[in-house]
Amino acid sequence: MDGERNNRNSKAVAYWKANLKAIAILLAIWALVSYGGAILLAAPLYNLRFGQIPLSFWFAQQGSMITFVILIFVYSWWMNKIDREYDVHEE
Amino acid sequence: MSTETWTLIIVGLTFAFYLYVGYLNRVRETAGFYVAGRGVPAIANGAATAADWMSGASFVSMAGLISFLGYDGAVYLMGWTGGYVLLALLLAPYLRKYGKYTVPDFIGDRYYSHTARAVAAIATIFISLTYVAGQMRAVGIVFSRFLQVNIVTGVIIGMAIVAFFAVLGGMKGITWTQVAQYVVLISAYLITTISIAWVLTGNPIPQLAFTFSDFAVRLNQIQVDLGLKEYIRPFQNFSLINVFFITLALMIGTAGLPHVIIRFYTVPRVSDARISAGWALLFIALLYTSAPALAVFAKYNLINTLHGKTRAEIEQIDWAVKWEQTGLLKFEDKNGNGVLEMTADKATNEITIDRDIIVLSTPEVARLAPWVVGLVAAGGLAAALSTAAGLLLAMSSAVSHDVYYRIWKPDATESERLMVGRVMIFVAILVAGYFGVRPPGFVAEVVAFAFGLAAASLFPAIFLGIFDRRMNREGATAGILVGLFFTLIMIVLMRSNRLLGTEAPIIASFLGINAQGIGVVGAILNFIVSYAVSRATPPPPQEIQDLVEEIRVPRGALAPVAEH
Repeated sequence: MDGERNNRNSKAVAYWKANLKAIAILLAIWALVSYGGAILLAAPLYNLRFGQIPLSFWFAQQGSMITFVILIFVYSWWMNKIDREYDVHEE
Repeated sequence: MSTETWTLIIVGLTFAFYLYVGYLNRVRETAGFYVAGRGVPAIANGAATAADWMSGASFVSMAGLISFLGYDGAVYLMGWTGGYVLLALLLAPYLRKYGKYTVPDFIGDRYYSHTARAVAAIATIFISLTYVAGQMRAVGIVFSRFLQVNIVTGVIIGMAIVAFFAVLGGMKGITWTQVAQYVVLISAYLITTISIAWVLTGNPIPQLAFTFSDFAVRLNQIQVDLGLKEYIRPFQNFSLINVFFITLALMIGTAGLPHVIIRFYTVPRVSDARISAGWALLFIALLYTSAPALAVFAKYNLINTLHGKTRAEIEQIDWAVKWEQTGLLKFEDKNGNGVLEMTADKATNEITIDRDIIVLSTPEVARLAPWVVGLVAAGGLAAALSTAAGLLLAMSSAVSHDVYYRIWKPDATESERLMVGRVMIFVAILVAGYFGVRPPGFVAEVVAFAFGLAAASLFPAIFLGIFDRRMNREGATAGILVGLFFTLIMIVLMRSNRLLGTEAPIIASFLGINAQGIGVVGAILNFIVSYAVSRATPPPPQEIQDLVEEIRVPRGALAPVAEH
């Protein structure tokens, strides 16, 4: 009985760790494109071009937003996969 | 047919459709009223969330705002979209698993405290109320501008429409009406933006035309030649530190806005909450990535058409004459040389362009058919009405569900609760309408409040409730109060010239951070105080720690939590 409970707890801990790892990776990208590409690195990236406009300007007014959308869809797909791996997905 | 006739027909048709959708989705039980029976498909919830989120101001003013701020307009673009990433990854799936009705529900249960519940309810009401006043005003303005009725009549028509589907259908009626409103508003925005992109650049896709044509660079050069600030260079209007903090405050604030959060209670499953946040942001980004393109093209076109012309030449341009009559476009030959010129100095500038004109005038400037003008009016109204409805529901459910049912009368019957819900939403509409007719003079100031307070109070409390099992009642309550009061006091001090009537703001900034970005500091203080106080006080009861374990896992029903 106790063994089964410990087993279940360690599985829940491992699931939560996998979840936190996914969140950390995706939020790192989230910060990189917006606070990095459009703000902190705005000056150096201004001198690079994307299409006809400066790269930092593209990140600021297009690229960050496009990345955000992709991040949420990746998160959704990734979490569903983790849910199934740890057998905690919904019926 | 004239533009006015087309506008009347299209606005009339869309309103009739909203009423029909609202009537089809009337409800009889509280779960339907507050969370649409949790039966909304993920993609429909995404469209409803997008309509809920994008206000009349987003629709009418945002492109104009960006066209005046240039690069730094990114604070709004990134701030109002990046918050959805936080919402999707950190809050939405867990709140759906928890599965109640409101934001104060979660905070009150998780922190086993009616004090925390009441504070969260007050924050919800205050945030939603400040926001909704602006929406009703926008309804009035769109009506008066396109249909030549006065603002009061416009507000009353808007109130009647919202009252009909919100009182009858609650969340269910609001959700399906918002789906319809999203379709109207995005069609109007995209038809306009695609047309002007096509006319100017020959590329019909605004996002590509923006990146791969040289219009942004050309606009930048024109602004330099006129002595205006550079368009594509960063930090011309806000300092780096303010761009950073305003963006972060808007992101955290967005993730903490109650009317957005409660939308994720309406989907059937945890996995639907995740993907529906993706749909919501995709639908929002369709407009938000088009707006900077519209900003560049419309501004370039306006300056190019109007600058350096004589009075007689301007009078040949029919849209210029029409918008001059509304006061959104002003010409004055101050130096009397016969030519109208734009300059950077207010004293010598001869062409004044109101930012709202960027969206409103584009259909005519791009020579689109008159029905497109009508569609834009309908789109602006759809944006304002859908946001107002969502806010009204968030506000009234905080009163009728959290204060009346959970705190004051826990033995209320189903029909009593539904009745109070309907009455409260009606009261909320009257209050919002009053502010629409008599707007407080500081509407722009109070929007900074809404985001700042959501960032400093609700977001940290919900986040810690999920990710820190050890967080307890004492820590969370202390954190919310410190975050709330710090932010409130700072905004009042920095905007005291508008709010208190002092001659100059009492303090100019907090370490270089302005009122719009101060919510971040409030949120950080909230986190620090919550952590310190919670570690110095007893851990939460075992049943609460079990609840936290359960909401972290998608599968399984939640064990009932004892009512405190």
